[in-house]
Amino acid sequence: MNDELRALVRARRQVALALSVVVFALYFGFILAVAFAKEAMAREIVPGLSLGILAGALVIVGAWMTTWIYVSWANAHFDTKLAAHRTKGALK
Amino acid sequence: MSSSVPATSLGEPNLTAILFFFVFIAATLGITYWAARKTKTTEEFFAAGRTVSGRQNGFALAGDYMSAASFLGIAGLVSQSGFDGLIYSTGWLVGWPVVLFLIAEPLRNLGKYTFTDVVSFRLKQTPVRVSAAIGTLAVVSFYLIAQMVGAGNLIRLMFGISYELAVAIVGIVMLAYVLFGGMIATTWVQIVKAVLLMFGAALLCVLTLAQFDFNPVTLFLRASEMYGAEVLAPGKQVANPWDAISLGLALMFGTAGLPHILMRFYTVPDAKAARQSVFWATGLIGAFYLMTFVLGFGAMVLVGREAITAVDKGGNMAAPLLAEVLGGTGLLGFIAAVAFATILAVVAGLTLSGAAALSHDLWVSVHRKGDAPREEQLMVARVATVVLGIVAILLGILFKGQNVAFMVGLAFAVAASGNFPALVLSIFWRGYTTGGAVASIITGTVASLGLIAVSPTIMVDLLGADAAWFPLKNPALLTIPLGFASGVLVSLLAPEVEAREGYDSKARRMIMGVE
Repeated sequence: MNDELRALVRARRQVALALSVVVFALYFGFILAVAFAKEAMAREIVPGLSLGILAGALVIVGAWMTTWIYVSWANAHFDTKLAAHRTKGALK
Repeated sequence: MSSSVPATSLGEPNLTAILFFFVFIAATLGITYWAARKTKTTEEFFAAGRTVSGRQNGFALAGDYMSAASFLGIAGLVSQSGFDGLIYSTGWLVGWPVVLFLIAEPLRNLGKYTFTDVVSFRLKQTPVRVSAAIGTLAVVSFYLIAQMVGAGNLIRLMFGISYELAVAIVGIVMLAYVLFGGMIATTWVQIVKAVLLMFGAALLCVLTLAQFDFNPVTLFLRASEMYGAEVLAPGKQVANPWDAISLGLALMFGTAGLPHILMRFYTVPDAKAARQSVFWATGLIGAFYLMTFVLGFGAMVLVGREAITAVDKGGNMAAPLLAEVLGGTGLLGFIAAVAFATILAVVAGLTLSGAAALSHDLWVSVHRKGDAPREEQLMVARVATVVLGIVAILLGILFKGQNVAFMVGLAFAVAASGNFPALVLSIFWRGYTTGGAVASIITGTVASLGLIAVSPTIMVDLLGADAAWFPLKNPALLTIPLGFASGVLVSLLAPEVEAREGYDSKARRMIMGVE
């Protein structure tokens, strides 16, 4: 494995770990709020919509967003570099 | 409006349900017949010849994952306790990004049929495969019990046939799919089921929201007017905050350790397709969980809490009852058939992954040291399928009348504490060793099983003791760190040079796939 590929592996790792931390923080922020800040979660922003329900829906949206960010990054950036690396390897 | 208990035809044979049921069975058996002619090798039997596209696999993953527990269970939970159901809806979704970021691509690049291939890719085969097979079979058994008992109850309620007959029908139809059509048939059954389930849920959602100016907030408001504002707030399900946190951990990391889900990544041609499949699966599953929320509150308002518990104490009939209120017996029949298809598809996926552990991990890799003739591999795979099918039917009948809802949580706890740490450490840490992998899986699995046995769920709710020895209903808060710590500790105490070298020599394959 040469330096170029190693750098690519490192980049993927960083993106993957950073996004994992984001999802973890989102969901556990939600769970901790549900567990320890029940009154705040019960507050209704508009009649019928409590902060808790909105936060839950936003966690789902957040999971979608991070998934989308990773897939777009990997499709555009990672795959291109990997393909370039592969062709270079084939030429050698 | 909730005080009058509506007359329901649930429990009587329903013509539409039976009609849809036979159409579904005929269509899926037709698929199985077509798939059977294409299933000649273990690669086709376990991995559909690796020809499934990313989008198809995304639908199949969604079909494999969205069990009756998520459709009927969450809708029921929301209809009874409102907000609390959201912990499950979100928890069962956030596991998917984790699968995508950490597991899916290396899994596809390194493995062949099971997640054990990846845990053991540079370690000593026999000890790792044996312990991972234990982890797999533990998860598969608990999940199967939950599904089979659920199937027996639901089908008895919805079609008016006996529990035993319902369990036997599920077992036999599922066996037909898996035994003859292998992964190709299972994949298409799961795709058909995912489409039916999404369509059914969307239809119920639209019909529900049509009565509330197409505004979910109006629906929530009506629910809080009828049953008090506490339905919109955290309630008794999260009375103990540590329970909520522990459950959340199990749900989030359990998904990435479920053998039947991980196995699906081998059905696509490459890592890119594996990535695309999680993209589709996350979209579908997230949309579905958002809809279960409308369904739950819809059932709470339009059917009424008492009317739901009058039919089934657990509240599991909320979605079918909502269908009946909205669209009469016709819609009830359709939703009943969808629930049936849901169970069948999940059970088929579970059985296939159990069979892969028995035949690929234990028989071929351990007993035959990886060297078994192709005909023998396929034969053993089919024998293992039949054995598991029979075991599933027997377990279903054995656990009749038991409250098995906790078993899904148990399966997630074992998957998160045993399988998930082993997978992550094997993929990301070159210092991981054979002893470490065995330690992670066995410690995580045994600790989860042991702590659940002495948890309030078993000791208080099931056995009627006054107090439990262990305070948490779900042990993941303790057992996930245990799974990681034991693996790291054992690896540090006894380093394995071959495992490090193996990691370096496979590092290229991990990212590039087989070249």
